[in-house]
Formats: sequence, C-alpha cells, structure tokens
Amino acid sequence: MRALWGLAGIAAVIGCSIVAAVGLENGEKRSGFDFMTPETQALQADDTSNPGMLWVLQGEQLWQQPEDSANIACAGCHGDAAQTMRGVAARYPAFDEATRRPIDLAGRINSCRGVKQQAEPMAPDSDELLALTTYVAHQSRGMPITPAADSRLEPFRDKGRRLFQSRIGQLDLSCAACHDDNWGRRLGGSVIPQAHPNGYPLYRLEWQGVGSLQRRLRNCMIGVRAEPFAFGAPEFVDLELYLMERARGLPMETPAVRP
Amino acid sequence: MARALINVPKTARRGEIVEIRAMIAHPMETGYRMGTNGANIPRDIIRRFACAYDGEEVFSADLFPAVSANPFIAFTLVATASGTITFAWTDDSGETQTASADITVS
Repeated sequence: MRALWGLAGIAAVIGCSIVAAVGLENGEKRSGFDFMTPETQALQADDTSNPGMLWVLQGEQLWQQPEDSANIACAGCHGDAAQTMRGVAARYPAFDEATRRPIDLAGRINSCRGVKQQAEPMAPDSDELLALTTYVAHQSRGMPITPAADSRLEPFRDKGRRLFQSRIGQLDLSCAACHDDNWGRRLGGSVIPQAHPNGYPLYRLEWQGVGSLQRRLRNCMIGVRAEPFAFGAPEFVDLELYLMERARGLPMETPAVRP
Repeated sequence: MARALINVPKTARRGEIVEIRAMIAHPMETGYRMGTNGANIPRDIIRRFACAYDGEEVFSADLFPAVSANPFIAFTLVATASGTITFAWTDDSGETQTASADITVS
C-alpha cells in the first residue's frame, strides 16, 4: 500500500512538471542531429556514406523523366531544380488555392503530377514519391526553415498546435509531453529529441530506408497506442505546419539520417 | 540502371593507396520475416559484390542475410595505372547490377 502511495506521489510530481512547462525557448532549439551518436552523425555528414543520397539520385532521374500521358517531365516546367526548387522545402506546407487548405511538399508533387503531367498520383510513402520529395527538399539543405507568411494558414497552424498539445491514446500522452517537456531525457534507451521536421524525408536506420514525416508521426501515434491518422490526412498537414513554425530558423538537413 | 553511389578518386599518384566506396540501393530481405497474414517474405539479398580494376578482379565479398539494407562497402586499392574500375552486385535471382568509374593515375 505504501509503495502504491509512493508511486502516486511520483506520478503527481511528473504530472505537475508537464503542466508547468511551456513550449521551447528560442535559444534552446536543437536539431535531432545533436542528439545522435558521433557514428550516426558521421553517416549523415558525408554524402558518400549517407544512404539517403540513393533516394536523391533516384529523384534526380525521376525529375528528368517525362510522363507518358502529357509527355512532360518535372524539368520541362521547372528546369534546373538546383535553382528553381532552392528554398521551397524550407517554407512548405503552403496554401493550396484549389483545395483552400494547406498542402505539404509530397502533396504538391502529387497534385502537380495529376494536373500538369496527367499521370496517376503516386502512392503515399512509395519509393518514387519519396525520391522526388527527397530530391526537391535536398535543394534546400543548409537553408533555415522560414514558414510562409500567409495569414490564411493561421487557423490550420492553430489546429496543428492543438493536436500537438492534445493527449491521445491509451498511454494518454501528447507530443508536447515528451518533446516540449522532457526532451534530452531518455525514454528507454533512446534520447528524446525535440521533434523538429528539418531533415525529412529522412533515412531512418530502424526503417532501413527513407520515410516521410507522416510515417514518423504515425509511428509515434502507434507508440502511444492511439489510432494513427491515414497517410495524407489533413491533420498531418496541420501538424506539420505547426512543427515547421516551431522549428523556425533550424537549417534543413534533407536527407538526414536518424537512428 | 543501378541505383548506386560509388566514390573513386578522379586522380591519384602511381602506387598511392586510394579508398573506394560503393553503396547500392537494395532491400536485403532476409527471408526470415513474415508479411501480412503470416505469409513468408521471400529472401532477396545481394550474394556477391566484386570490383574489377581494368578487367582484373581486385576485390570481392560474399554477403549474407545479416547485412543491412543498402549495403555500403569501403576498401582500398593501390593505384597502378589509369583505367576503369567496375563494380558488380549479384543478387539471389542471379541478376547483376553494375556501375563504373574512371581513375587517372599520373
């Protein structure tokens, strides 16, 4: 019985500390890169050993490859990605006029594909879509995240903030409970990072492949035993909007490597 | 076209030891995993990697299911003469993917 009360006391202390903390202070923003082992950092830092570069390579080929139906490649309109796509990933998600909603980079690539190339949309998290997204986002590597200043995005960003702070799942945890209040501490054997989306799509050693931010968010939702949103769900784009605002100023690292 | 990243120095002095790096996109499926409904995912790995310098094999490696996806292999060569270094990865179905790079030795 005494042990039980002790546990309740500990739980109360943890509960209070979670309630008391508010977001991230400006000076303490740190990329997930800083929390990794030196070996994994070295893997990301050298382009000849970074496995994410395989997807960049594939994306570069897809960028040049015309689609059958309209016989036009991405490069046909956008030209040299190194110039036209520079900085794009650092300001996405952007407001989409057609759907009156924010749209993420992969969503934009797929909609461009449907409208301009008259081709079938690529499956979410498919290798081709990931390769193109990685290639486009790679052009912004090293640039600071600067979310688009568009007032129409504000209500969606607020929705994202609320999602970030809402407790979900059987474990009753919010994103903020770990990544705002307890970053830098350990969950099991792993360090809890600040959850910045500055390296996506990224190569995760656990996945043995490149994956999207949505895949990562689904992982976390399953981890707290919540029902994850489907790929392409509007909630994910709202959440990404908020995460990008939260990570404002951090340099892009695509393709990052994470454990 | 193989999705491979190879890193060979463009130039080298005669007799210099140069580092060669090769990485290829490959799932390296072990054959021990189960997919949906308990169906076995068939094994699909690269069995052999070989590197030839001007047609002569100078390095090779046998790979096994424990090797991770997108295998990365680094090794050193002695630069003897200008020529082409070719890389070949052979998988379970017997198919070979190749890549090559030139080196100039002065």
